[in-house]
Amino acid sequence: MQPQLNITEPTRAAATATDLKMETRGLSVYYKNFRAIKEINLPVYENRVLAIIGPSGCGKSTLLRALNRMNDLVPGARVEGEVLLDGENIYAPGQDVVDIRRRVGMVFQRPNPFPMSVYDNVAFGPRLLGIRKKSVLDEIVERSLRAAALWEHVQDKLGQSGMALSGGQQQRLCIARAIAMEPEVILMDEPTSALDPMATLTIEDLIQRLKENFTIVIVTHNMQQAARISDFTAFLSMDEDRAGYLVEFGPTVEVFTNPKEKLTEDYITGRFG
Amino acid sequence: MASSSTSLRRKLMRHLQHGDVLWWALLLLSAVVVVVLVLWIAWQLWVQSAPSRHAFGWDFIWPWVKSVWNPALDKFQAWPAIYGSLITATIALVLAVPLALGIAIFLSELAPAWLRAPLNYMVEMLAAIPSVVYGLWGIYVFLPLVVVPIGKALEPLGSVPGIGIFFKGPVPASGFTRLGAALVLVIMILPTIAAVSRDVLQAVPRSQREAAMALGATQWETVWKVLIPYGQSGILGAVILGFGRAIGETMAVTMVIGNSAGGGYSILKPGYTMASIIANEFAEAVSEMHTSALMEIGLVLFAITLLLNAFARWLVVNRTIKRA
Repeated sequence: MQPQLNITEPTRAAATATDLKMETRGLSVYYKNFRAIKEINLPVYENRVLAIIGPSGCGKSTLLRALNRMNDLVPGARVEGEVLLDGENIYAPGQDVVDIRRRVGMVFQRPNPFPMSVYDNVAFGPRLLGIRKKSVLDEIVERSLRAAALWEHVQDKLGQSGMALSGGQQQRLCIARAIAMEPEVILMDEPTSALDPMATLTIEDLIQRLKENFTIVIVTHNMQQAARISDFTAFLSMDEDRAGYLVEFGPTVEVFTNPKEKLTEDYITGRFG
Repeated sequence: MASSSTSLRRKLMRHLQHGDVLWWALLLLSAVVVVVLVLWIAWQLWVQSAPSRHAFGWDFIWPWVKSVWNPALDKFQAWPAIYGSLITATIALVLAVPLALGIAIFLSELAPAWLRAPLNYMVEMLAAIPSVVYGLWGIYVFLPLVVVPIGKALEPLGSVPGIGIFFKGPVPASGFTRLGAALVLVIMILPTIAAVSRDVLQAVPRSQREAAMALGATQWETVWKVLIPYGQSGILGAVILGFGRAIGETMAVTMVIGNSAGGGYSILKPGYTMASIIANEFAEAVSEMHTSALMEIGLVLFAITLLLNAFARWLVVNRTIKRA
């Protein structure tokens, strides 16, 4: 059975390459001796949504987390190759990892608000940057919450714990928290996998609007979601050593309707995965 | 056939249920034993302290009552011992908490993997040393080499108005002082606070660390702005457990505090704690009133530690449930 693909016209129109925001060149990531992904060359275009899809364990998350050096936190993780952000290798010696993470924000699989108020959650990042002035913080908090389509719901309860919100609202709070840093790229690691369908839809709408100001890379298990929201799709699979590699990259419409690789076709038609 | 297998199953079930009842009763009994013990101790302390409670009333514990501790006259007043316990435990806590937090953060966040296990082991070793050994080491090593010099350095504060009463010298050459007891207590409560705080920090979900790191927080910022706030109730619980241990510690304190009912408020003078006065005098208490007064001190100590532990437990449990 052919999957129901619901690619909207604006998505089609947007699926044109713009400036390169990020790029991986021959990127391999090892955990101790295990190679999780190998020699991945992947462009990330500015103000576009890039979806990374592929079967479980093919290294989608590893690839995503290599884009803002979150793998640095994993003991024994090692990177070969380059990840360029505006043409500069973020793994080059002397690069400030803290600065990179400020430019490349991240939203996680499970909503992970801090156990503090909605306001303090959003203001967390700006405060790290040394912003102390109440009026400035107020402005950032409101703007970020508006951008995350959460302002209407929480404007009267900014002092309430962020953990008291519903799952979908928590995830939008986490998006607001990431936006407050004014990153250039936002990485999303299966941001809706812990949410119900309605909350998922809200987040998907949000992603569509966010790409006006941000470059977005999203890992998703859900092919429909990739088809709905992304401009470009990268399909990863794994070889016999269980190392993830890039099978196909292209405009989402192409990858889903006219895949070049047999493997891609098998995957998106549900024959494996 | 079918009916026999059903009845067999039923028999088996009934058998198991009997076993369950027995098991349940055994467990209930063990739980009841604990409760009975606590109540029994409290009751005994209450009853045995009756003469003292009747003779001295609340004056027994107030700080503003002129203090007498005279077994010959059967006149007793416990404030110096209560003060000794509070001041030594408080000083110990103030010094131990930052150090213990530092150890906990290092063990949980910074230490390389190969260093972690031996360090954890050392911290637990520190907690396992018997307190009499701390006492001996205190008398022969710690007091002369550390406490006396520190005490001497603090002596000039004795002439500062306001805080002077806490630093009235001179420090006895032996080093037997409240300060000595407090500093030995620092070492004794350090592992408790450090180990519990370490566990609390390690229990903070990885997602919280990642959230902070992904916002560009440095490791320092992650620890102070996310991990410690997240674990604050647990850490507070650890601190209170440490305080409880400090206030209840008997052997080592008795060995280094000098055991004197005088000393005013100075930490540079020998004193008593509630635990040490009981340990020191109980064997020689001949009059009923003397025994009873010591019992009442025991009652006060019991009440304070019980409240502290209940408070600590409440904090930890309360916050854990909220998180879940």
